[in-house]
Amino acid sequence: MRLTLRVWRQRSADADGGMSTYEIDGISQDMSFLEMLDTLNEELILKGEDPVAFDHDCREGICGACSLVINGDAHGPERTTTCQLHMRSFKDGDTIDIEPWRAAAFPVIKDLVVDRSAFDRIIQAGGYITAPTGAAPEAHATPVPKPDADFAFEHAECIGCGACVAACPNGAAMLFTSAKVNHLNVLPQGAPERESRVLDMVAQMDDEGFGGCTLTGECATACPKGIPLFSITKMNKEFLRAARRGA
Amino acid sequence: MALATKTDRRPSAPELLWKSTLGKKTVMAVSGVIMLLYLVAHMVGNLKIFFGPDEMNHYAHWLRTMGEPVLHYEWGLWLVRVVLLAAVIAHATAAYQLSRRDIKARPSKYVHAKPKASYATRTMRWGGIILGLFIVWHILDLTTGTVHPAGYEHLHPYQNVIDTFSTWYGNAIYIVAMVALGFHIQHGFWAAAHTLGYGGRVPKGLSIGLAVVLTAGFVAVPIGVMTGVVS
Repeated sequence: MRLTLRVWRQRSADADGGMSTYEIDGISQDMSFLEMLDTLNEELILKGEDPVAFDHDCREGICGACSLVINGDAHGPERTTTCQLHMRSFKDGDTIDIEPWRAAAFPVIKDLVVDRSAFDRIIQAGGYITAPTGAAPEAHATPVPKPDADFAFEHAECIGCGACVAACPNGAAMLFTSAKVNHLNVLPQGAPERESRVLDMVAQMDDEGFGGCTLTGECATACPKGIPLFSITKMNKEFLRAARRGA
Repeated sequence: MALATKTDRRPSAPELLWKSTLGKKTVMAVSGVIMLLYLVAHMVGNLKIFFGPDEMNHYAHWLRTMGEPVLHYEWGLWLVRVVLLAAVIAHATAAYQLSRRDIKARPSKYVHAKPKASYATRTMRWGGIILGLFIVWHILDLTTGTVHPAGYEHLHPYQNVIDTFSTWYGNAIYIVAMVALGFHIQHGFWAAAHTLGYGGRVPKGLSIGLAVVLTAGFVAVPIGVMTGVVS
C-alpha cells in the first residue's frame, strides 16, 4: 500500500504545532496502525529527521496507552484501540490524518503524545476501595449477585485510554469517570465509600478542566471497550443520591 | 494514624449542586421540566381558539380567577409567572456557565473535523437563544401588547391572536420559534431524563413524540388563522 500521512507535529508542549505530510510506501494490509507508524519512523530516523512521538505499550488492546485521532475518529474507523487497528481498514492511495487527543485537560507533550495524568488524579480522588489488602480472600466470602457482577465487569473494562474525552465535543471525561464510579459503587466492596467516591471523583473531574456532558453520545461510540452511554446516566443517579445524603 | 479525607471539607448540598457540572446539569434538567410542563398546559389552552371567542376569552379570564377563593384575583397567574421566570433564569444561567466551560475544555479543533452529534444536539445553544428572544417578543406582543400590530385588548386573546397571525412576520417568527422549540425539546427532554438518572426508562421516541406534539399543537394556531379556520 502507498499512503499519504498528514501527522500533527509539535516539538514541545509550548511550541506551536502543525500538520506535516509524509508519503509512505510498501505498507502491508496486515500491519497494525502502529507498525505502519514504526515504519514511517524508521524512514525518518534514516533521513536524520525527528521521529513521530506517539504513545503505545502492550499493543494488545488492553493497556490503554495508545491514542491517536485518525481521520477525525478516536482510535480510527474500527471500534478498537489504535494498536488493534489494521491497515486493511484503509485503501491503497488513502490520505490519513493523524492527530493527538484534543482537550484542555490533556495538553500535548510532543507530537501525538498527550498528558493524561488528569485521569490518574480522578482515580486518586476515589477510584479505589479502602479494604485491607493482603492474601487473596476466599472467593465466596462476599456474595455478589450475578447482575451486579456483570454490571461491574462491564464498567471495569475501561482501560482509561481517553478516547471518550477526545471524541467529546466538550472534552468531557464523563464516560471515564462514570465507568470507574459504577464499577466500584455496585459492588459490596465499594459500598462503604459509595457516596464520597462519586462526589470526590466528580469534583476532581471538574477541577481538571474537563467539560460537561451534553449527551451527544460520541464518547460511547468511540469507546474501544464499549462502555455504554447509560453509564453516565447511572453516575448522575449516584451523584444525586450522594448529594441528597450529604455524604 | 487518622488520614485526612476530603469528606471533612464537603460543601452543603445546594452549594455542591451549583458548583459541580453535574449539579448545574441537574438545575437545567429540573428547570427545563418545569418549563415543559407549563408548555403542555399552554398548548392545550391555545387549542381553545378553535372553539370560538367565548371559550377562549373565558379561559383567559379563568387563568386570573384560578385558585379562588383561597387566592386573590391574578395571584395564581402571578405565582406561575414567578416560577417560570425563576426557571428561565436558572436554565439560562446554568446553560451559559456550562457552555463557557465546555468551549474552554476543547480549545483546539481537529483538523480533520467530522460533523458529530445530531442537528438537535448541535443547535441546543443557538436554539435556546432564539427561544429566549422569542419569549421576549411573545410577551410584548400578546401579554403587554407593547408591540402588538393592531389595537391590543386586555382579556380578549381571541382577537389579539388573530391580529398577530394576520401579519406575515407574526407567523414567520412564531413558526420558526416553534420549530426551534421542537428541536430543543427533542434533545433537551431526553438529556434531562439522563441527567436525572432516568435515561433507561425514557426512550428517545418519547422525547421525539413530545417535541412533535408540542410543535404541532402550537403551530396549529397560526395555521388555523392563515387558512381562515379561525377568524
